[in-house]
Amino acid sequence: MDLGEINPVLLLASLMVAATPLLLAAIGELVVEKAGVLNLGVEGMMIVGAISGFAISVETGSPWLGFVAAAIGGAVLSLLFVLLTQVALANQVASGLALTLFGLGFSALLGQSYVGIKPPSMGDIHIPLISDIPVIGPILFQHDPILYVGIALTAAVWATLKYTRVGLILRAVGENHDAAHALGYKVIKIRIMAILFGGACAGLGGAYISLIRVPQWTEGMTAGVGWIALALVVFASWKPWRALLGAYLFGGITVLQLNLQAAGVAIPVEYLAMSPYIITILVLVILSADKSSAPASLGRIFHASH
Amino acid sequence: MKFTAVLASAAMALGLATGAMAQDKTKVGFVYVGPVGDGGWTYEHNKGRLAVEEHFGDQVETVFVESVPEGPDAERVMTQMALEGADLIFTTSFGYMDPTINVAKKFPNVKFEHATGYKTAPNVSVYSARFYEGRAVQGHIAGKMTESNIIGYIGSYPIPEVIRGINSAYIHAKKVNPDVEFKIVWAYTWFDPAKEADAATVLIEQGADVILQHTDSTAPQAAAQEAGNVITFGQASDMSEYAPKPRVSSIIDNWAPYYIARTQAVIDGSWETVNTWDGIKEGMVEIGEISDAVPADVKEEALALKAAMAAGEYHPFTGPLKKQDGSDWLAEGETADDGTLAGMNFYVEGLEGEIPQ
Repeated sequence: MDLGEINPVLLLASLMVAATPLLLAAIGELVVEKAGVLNLGVEGMMIVGAISGFAISVETGSPWLGFVAAAIGGAVLSLLFVLLTQVALANQVASGLALTLFGLGFSALLGQSYVGIKPPSMGDIHIPLISDIPVIGPILFQHDPILYVGIALTAAVWATLKYTRVGLILRAVGENHDAAHALGYKVIKIRIMAILFGGACAGLGGAYISLIRVPQWTEGMTAGVGWIALALVVFASWKPWRALLGAYLFGGITVLQLNLQAAGVAIPVEYLAMSPYIITILVLVILSADKSSAPASLGRIFHASH
Repeated sequence: MKFTAVLASAAMALGLATGAMAQDKTKVGFVYVGPVGDGGWTYEHNKGRLAVEEHFGDQVETVFVESVPEGPDAERVMTQMALEGADLIFTTSFGYMDPTINVAKKFPNVKFEHATGYKTAPNVSVYSARFYEGRAVQGHIAGKMTESNIIGYIGSYPIPEVIRGINSAYIHAKKVNPDVEFKIVWAYTWFDPAKEADAATVLIEQGADVILQHTDSTAPQAAAQEAGNVITFGQASDMSEYAPKPRVSSIIDNWAPYYIARTQAVIDGSWETVNTWDGIKEGMVEIGEISDAVPADVKEEALALKAAMAAGEYHPFTGPLKKQDGSDWLAEGETADDGTLAGMNFYVEGLEGEIPQ
């Protein structure tokens, strides 16, 4: 056992990378659920984003275009969910599950000719001076741009929900869609926008895995991150900063436990392997003691005639 | 009530119809732990399935279900396959062992073949490949080529098959490089590209310049390529898209001949329970081309080692060998018996860390 072999700077840096796909997907789903819609299709939208982003960045040579395509891909898939749940008023749970199944199969079909290809690299941001600060520089200021997008998005969602009129309307729709409707807000339209936003975020998260974290395309490569993102939204009590904390905890402990294993720390591996789940849940459950609850209209179908 | 009755009888009629059709063709089912596009383990099993289709043509129909979790869900999938008229079912992951035995009990007329397990029954055979022979070649190349003397190993689950691979690779790396050290990380998954890539990255960050993997996707190869100046080996499949570097060689599982032979046996009615464990000699384990990134002399030695195992002149577990705790295992010149290897649950001397229980 030699803890000295773990480089804390590299550890903290890779912690943020491991957390970002989860964070992006969770923030998107958080907005969707705040609008009163439960979309269980996160995994499907992520994997479609992963292949859309991968394919476009391979074809164009530009990872930026890839991420744009991933967001569009995720949003387009979520349109299917919109059609089912907002137009046809189908059950949201079943539609979401169907979206995941469809996304997994569809992405495998799209990705057949992209196996074994190396995507163009995005490169890390290097800001003169602050990126060169010892320790802090490599941890905080030498990442790929999308990682910062994730943090910025969290801040933006938090501020929008808390301080703006748009956020207030979105929350109103999620809490009581009949009242919101009576006030003249277009419930369906607002929900559609939220679902599309969630799809785009999930797509970005998926592409982050296929373009930066791994980077390659493999069928089914999101391997359940979407489900963890869904759980995270609940455990974070629908609060953006807690979702960020949860994502960083989960990603961080995942990487930390691998580091501890590699360094030969004498903690049984089984405990290390389950630690990301346990610790994340524990911390978020303790935090949620303030009795913040789910949006009251979550998962309920809205029709103006009701 | 009436409607459901109609539905039920329709379903029954359909079931009878498909059951009758299945009489004509031999139906072979495959249960996969990952997606067929994983580029590794499941990819090769699926290649075997396609070879069966090509060999028998219209005589045989194959079906498969991919990404089946190792647990109760696997039992459901196998039951479904048996109900749909499969005559022979290949269950291709270690964790399907008990589900296979359970389902086989319920369908005595269906033949089952379980990969990498050890439990047999009148209608359950087991088959596996001596991957550890390939690991010996990998260990040799790894030991010769490492500059940091740290070799990273991504384990999936602590089961005998994986432990054999670690031991075999270590013994042969140590033989050519006494300073070599193994860092082992257990991923607790067969297939999770992001996690596999994370594991590879962690090992590289901690100084490893060779990565051996016992997980199914090509993600560790991609992570090694990203890190640069690290070498890897294809696992289960050639993974040649990552050659010549990082992937310098590979272990390829060639299941096709076995699948064809066993399907033939079902057609002929000569199927019997067997316990097959074939290696390089029989062609079930192949060594992928050793790339130019490996120095010529090392490549030659590796090929000689492979030839010696193919000829049956050399066994990767040949004494003197001690267990990790220092106790004697094999005396000078003694080779390990298959029983010990099949249930291997200990590290050899020199490896650090404990095997999770």
